[in-house]
Amino acid sequence: MPEPIITINQLSKTYHTERGKEIKAIENFNLQIYVNNFICIVGPSGCGKSTLLRIIAGLDSASSGLVSFQGQPISKPSRDIGMVFQEYSLLPWLTVIDNVALGLEFAKQSRSVRLDVAVSFLKMVGLEDYARAYPYELSGGMQQRVAIARALANNPQVLLMDEPFGALDAHTRILMQKELLAIWEKNMKTIVFVTHSVDEAIYLADTIIVMSSHPGGVKEVIKVNMARPRDRANPIYGQLASQILCMLEEEVTKVK
Amino acid sequence: MNPWVRLMSKNVANICIMLILPLVFIIIWFYLAKSIDNTVILPSPAMVLQLLSHPSENLISMGSLTNNIFISLLRVLAGYILAVMLAIPLGILMGYYAKIFQLFNTFVGLFRPIPPLAWVPLVLAWFGISSFATLTGVERGILFIYLNNIKLSMVFIIFIGAFYPVLTSAIYGVKNVKKTLIDSARVLGASESDIFFKILIPAAKPSIVNGMRIGLGVAWMCLVSAEMLPGSLSGIGYLITHAYTIARTDVVIAGMISIGVVGALMDTLFRIFEEKKFKWQRLIR
Ligand SMILES: Nc1ncnc2c1ncn2[C@@H]1O[C@H](COP(=O)(O)OP(=O)(O)OP(=O)(O)O)[C@@H](O)[C@H]1O
Ligand SMILES: [Mg+2]
Repeated sequence: MPEPIITINQLSKTYHTERGKEIKAIENFNLQIYVNNFICIVGPSGCGKSTLLRIIAGLDSASSGLVSFQGQPISKPSRDIGMVFQEYSLLPWLTVIDNVALGLEFAKQSRSVRLDVAVSFLKMVGLEDYARAYPYELSGGMQQRVAIARALANNPQVLLMDEPFGALDAHTRILMQKELLAIWEKNMKTIVFVTHSVDEAIYLADTIIVMSSHPGGVKEVIKVNMARPRDRANPIYGQLASQILCMLEEEVTKVK
Repeated sequence: MNPWVRLMSKNVANICIMLILPLVFIIIWFYLAKSIDNTVILPSPAMVLQLLSHPSENLISMGSLTNNIFISLLRVLAGYILAVMLAIPLGILMGYYAKIFQLFNTFVGLFRPIPPLAWVPLVLAWFGISSFATLTGVERGILFIYLNNIKLSMVFIIFIGAFYPVLTSAIYGVKNVKKTLIDSARVLGASESDIFFKILIPAAKPSIVNGMRIGLGVAWMCLVSAEMLPGSLSGIGYLITHAYTIARTDVVIAGMISIGVVGALMDTLFRIFEEKKFKWQRLIR
């Protein structure tokens, strides 16, 4: 058995609100992620998915428990762990291409290298014609594709994605899913992908984590043993989907 | 219709709308002046226009309008530049580091409600009539004339006026930077100085420049009070007060109009700059 690239051990996160209330966002969360795993996380809104990703990214700290990357505890963000945020995160005063090249700029690459790499990733998300445009000239879905290109251009070992395709139409979404799988297969990346769409999770994941809510934890770990590229018409696909939807329904009704 | 013609006629219409109220104002002024018939109380628009149309002519043996405006501008710029140089770095640091904010906020806030004019007695006690010439040791020549006209007391009053708008806008510009922007830069491997120079400052720039524009307006407005200080023998503010003592109301009004026009001009230049540079901010969703 190889070493996991990311280990999450007994992770808990409690938020203290300004009114002195405590919110248990995550409690006793355990997960091991191996190199080249494609993990999808599904769970009801507010169950702590974004919180979990932020802790793995080193942006927030755990209240207790340990999250480590290649055996080292994660204490701050690093280039090795990239993230695509749920909300728009492009710098509005930079052109699309400069946004994609941002990580390389921080890494002090020369301008010509930066632009070359940025163009190739823009092509990949189908936006090379918008290189000189500003983010406000792009639709929400296009902005999200730029954010994905920006994260990939930095060549991280692990990519965290927080509902990256939420703003896309069904058709573009499916195209992007295929693209993402192609990148993943080509570059041997490890991906942790949060989604609301059960269909998307089954199409993409090696392993689906269904989260329980309030506080967030691992409810169920489901291995998806279907050959890729996956066929949505496959009966196993449908069975899996209804099984997961059942679990989610339990969690959602539990809240009320 | 030809698009050029359409654009032109639209602009002409806009200009007409802008001119309605000033014209009405001048007409009322004209008739009031005529019925009062006392140039000390209200000189006619024509008299004032006569002064304004020869701005480089010597007035009441105090030099010309343009010359006095130029001296006033030098003073305002001296105080304003000092204020900007201090307020922007301080504001950025206060906006980003909570500890620095706590350290300075109460202290700086104590002085904020004090009107610049209330500083006058203290400022006179401190600086008297010493000027930039005293400070630099220049004692003759054309440079001396200009430096000697920039009294430290005036610069201080203008500094106080410009300081607060610039400081406040720098603080809030930095505080309001979307946290996701900083987070996304962090995960891309940004260092602390990258965050500062490539995220915080560009993101806060529109707010800072807006504060600079307001600060310049306030500085310009503090001018008359600053130029009423002892030791001042020139400047557009002094020209107005001096004209008042010799009952030349037409010069007073011409001076006031000059102050207004110069202030509006500076504001417009800033606005054009903001419009050009920060289009992203207006169009952001
Ligand atoms: N900064 C914060 N302060 C206080 N509570 C917070 C904070 N951030 C998140 N929470 C709480 O933690 C819980 C988990 O939030 P999180 O954003 O991780 O949910 P999520 O699973 O990503 O939801 P969604 O699917 O809607 O994006 C929520 O109950 C939320 O109210
Ligand atoms: Mg979320």
